[in-house]
Amino acid sequence: MVAEATAAASGIIRSSWVVVLLPVVSALLTLFFGKRTPGKGAVYGISAMGAAFVMSLLILWHFVQGGGTYASQVNWFSVGPFHVEAGQYIDGLAAVMLVVVTSVSLCVHVYSLGYMDGDSRFTWFYVVLSLFTAAMLNVVVAPNLIQLLVGWEIMGVCSYLLIGHWYEVKENSNAAIKAFITTRIGDVPFMFGVFALIFATGFTTSNIAQIGDLVKSHELSNGLVAAAALLLFGGAVGKSAQFPLHVWLPDAMAGPTPVSALIHAATMVAAGVYLVGRMYEVFINADPWVLQVIGIIGAITMLGSAFMALVQDDIKRVLAYSTLSQLAYMVAAMSLGPAGRNASFFHLFTHAFFKALLFLGAGSVIHAVHSNNMSDMGGLKNPMPVTFWTFLIGSAALAGIVPLAGFWSKDELLVSASHGHELLFVIMLATAVLTAFYTTRMVVMTFFGTYEGHAHPHESPPSMAGTLVFLAAATVVVGFLGSPQLHAPFFKWVFFEEPEAIHFEAWIALVGTLAALAGIGFAWTLYAPRKERDPLRALGPVWNLLEHRFYIDDFYMKRIVYPVRDRLSAAVYWFNQHVLDGIINGTAMATRGLGQVVNLFDRGVIDRAVNGVAGTAGATGGLLKYIQSGNVQRYMAFLFVGVMVLAVVFAKLV
Amino acid sequence: MIATVSAQEYAFVVLAVVGGVSAISVVLARNVVHAALYLVVTLLSVGGVYLLLGAEFVAWVQILIYVGAIVILFLFGLMLTKAPIGRDLLDNQNRWIGGVVGFGVFLGLVFLIQDAYKVQDSVARTTFRTTTGDVGISLFRDYVLPFEAMSFLLLAALIGAVVLARKDEAAK
Amino acid sequence: MIRLPFVLFFSALLFSAGVYGVLARRNAVMVLMAIELMLNAVNVNLVAFGSDRHDVGGQMFALFVIAVAAAEVGIGLAIVILLYRNRESINVDEVNLLKW
Repeated sequence: MVAEATAAASGIIRSSWVVVLLPVVSALLTLFFGKRTPGKGAVYGISAMGAAFVMSLLILWHFVQGGGTYASQVNWFSVGPFHVEAGQYIDGLAAVMLVVVTSVSLCVHVYSLGYMDGDSRFTWFYVVLSLFTAAMLNVVVAPNLIQLLVGWEIMGVCSYLLIGHWYEVKENSNAAIKAFITTRIGDVPFMFGVFALIFATGFTTSNIAQIGDLVKSHELSNGLVAAAALLLFGGAVGKSAQFPLHVWLPDAMAGPTPVSALIHAATMVAAGVYLVGRMYEVFINADPWVLQVIGIIGAITMLGSAFMALVQDDIKRVLAYSTLSQLAYMVAAMSLGPAGRNASFFHLFTHAFFKALLFLGAGSVIHAVHSNNMSDMGGLKNPMPVTFWTFLIGSAALAGIVPLAGFWSKDELLVSASHGHELLFVIMLATAVLTAFYTTRMVVMTFFGTYEGHAHPHESPPSMAGTLVFLAAATVVVGFLGSPQLHAPFFKWVFFEEPEAIHFEAWIALVGTLAALAGIGFAWTLYAPRKERDPLRALGPVWNLLEHRFYIDDFYMKRIVYPVRDRLSAAVYWFNQHVLDGIINGTAMATRGLGQVVNLFDRGVIDRAVNGVAGTAGATGGLLKYIQSGNVQRYMAFLFVGVMVLAVVFAKLV
Repeated sequence: MIATVSAQEYAFVVLAVVGGVSAISVVLARNVVHAALYLVVTLLSVGGVYLLLGAEFVAWVQILIYVGAIVILFLFGLMLTKAPIGRDLLDNQNRWIGGVVGFGVFLGLVFLIQDAYKVQDSVARTTFRTTTGDVGISLFRDYVLPFEAMSFLLLAALIGAVVLARKDEAAK
Repeated sequence: MIRLPFVLFFSALLFSAGVYGVLARRNAVMVLMAIELMLNAVNVNLVAFGSDRHDVGGQMFALFVIAVAAAEVGIGLAIVILLYRNRESINVDEVNLLKW
């Protein structure tokens, strides 16, 4: 059995590109045949994702068995001596990401059956969902920067389409535009980073592994590598929603909840972190200050967004800020060297499952009470037991409670920071307290106390509840993969490391757990006796500051968006008044003069010709219509005459 | 000039005259049943021409299929549709056009044949005699595919005729 | 031993009679008969040319034409009967809906 699976896995790793192709095919099938298929086309996406998930598991099995990295590529296009390949580069990291992306995407596909049921653009939703997944998978398997860039950008477009899925509401389409433009601001430096790296290699390669080797052997210019690293990180900041480009993610909650789960748990935001990890040779071999910048950005985002999560009333926004904060953990850990990178990836892996679980659980709650606001919820644990228990597991994992997924990965992060990065360690710990606090606040406000809303809450349909159970099970299990007590198999598969490299320090685990318990306890004492007014409002100005998101969004609007827009429009107006109008008026005068001449010609010559032609045609038709008598035999007489004439003509003349 | 006239040519001329006259009678007859019977005579004389040309099998097919089956079909058709009798009822106002065109076609064809073969210069060739065996060998060696296609055509015609002519029960 | 043009003249006569019949008859069954005359003219030509060239192919095509003619008569008469059933008449000059 094991041997057979191993053989299958080593065979299947050669065709990993099929995993990418499956959602593309399903997107096309859904697009062209979806509406005519029973169930409006969801079956294509779900079956494709199911197959992709199984294939990803087999690919991962190859690495579990101790298999090596696999790369293959074909020539895609050439620009002079510069060749760009398309292909696949599957290492342990990519295999794990494939499993994460396909499993979460599969969950979201199944979950959407219930959540999007009856939506007017149900089929279209599935098309974009599949395409989005394909783009993310392409980023994962891409062996070179150009192919990665393609997936990266397709993902941007699809996120725009998905966030703005309900574009009838102006707010949603604004959120979609905001997400698109903000990530785009990150994409520009990213693109420059890609070009800088290719330039640094002297246009010899865009292959990630080759660039990594070149950087490692210090064959590339130091300055260029540092610049490229910073530029690439700019792309990651945009996609992973780090400060200062974090503003799009909370607004992106305007999209349907399954979309939030897909984009903000497993795929798009993970892509930024994945990119940094993929290009890690570039970052770690660049000047040390690059890593410091990354660490600082991560720390700011981590703490800031955890604070903002404290005061949100919208359950999805709590999760959104929590996502920012958790991603910041990963980004900050990236600055800590290889050990930090490994911990960061482990957190990415576990976070994908429990955050998807939380988003989908929140979606289930929203589906039941028809409101995003936690002040309209409360007491939902009785009508929605499945949602409650799964949500509770997800929340505990997020807070970092033993032995759930979040505990193990957060522990790794803390361990990696504890050696020589004391400030970051403290910030991480503080964030852990805050995380536990807002998580508890969210759970208490949603599920405990008495129901405050007006709808009649009910348990969600099996397609949604089943997905939650599956993800909850994953949340319980995946943490043990990185448990040092079990020799941390995850790190062995992914980074081919010996288990000894994984440290476990009892005091850090203890401190982490205490931090989580402190947050939970504090929140429980504040929120368990439910009050009309949020207890944190007592903080006064701090509450206002947090509620206005540190005034960052306002700052962007007032200092960047409006001025640029106003000045741009003024400049455009001036250009229009003075340059374009001049040209247009001049053209108009010339045209009028010409028009006089043409007018005469038109009436005298052309009109007469036209009328003459029309009259002739009409008269001819009037004559010919008598031939069209409806008498078939008369038609036939004409036919015979014609054939005879032709026969004689051809016999004599030709 | 026509030098010698062989016995086959005499026989052919007799058959051609009989066949031609009865062919014209087919299209001029006032009684539909007479027309059908003239058609039989025409078809028989054409069969005779086939025999003179050495095409034995085609001649028998002509007599079996045409005289035996198709004319019977025509008679059934006439019987089922209660065809009227009389020139004005059988012919339409296009008679003069038909006459002109038909005669014109005949003249045109005679002109073309004369132009191509020059009757006065033509010479008779030995008759190409084919037995049923020859035809069968050729049919199943060189013409198997058209033969099969023909079977499909006949099947389609069979089904088509049944479908077209049956009473539509649903419409009643 | 028959000279080819003789046979061709005979066939031309049959064909022209068929043309007249197709054009001048108003009874659909008569039109079909006239069409049979034309088909026979074609067959005579085919057999005559085949005989002249000592090629059995002409006879083959004559046979195929006979088969097609049989199919055509079958379908044609079915249409005629359908027409009669619907219009109590099989006069082709009354079937003139397709006109200006």
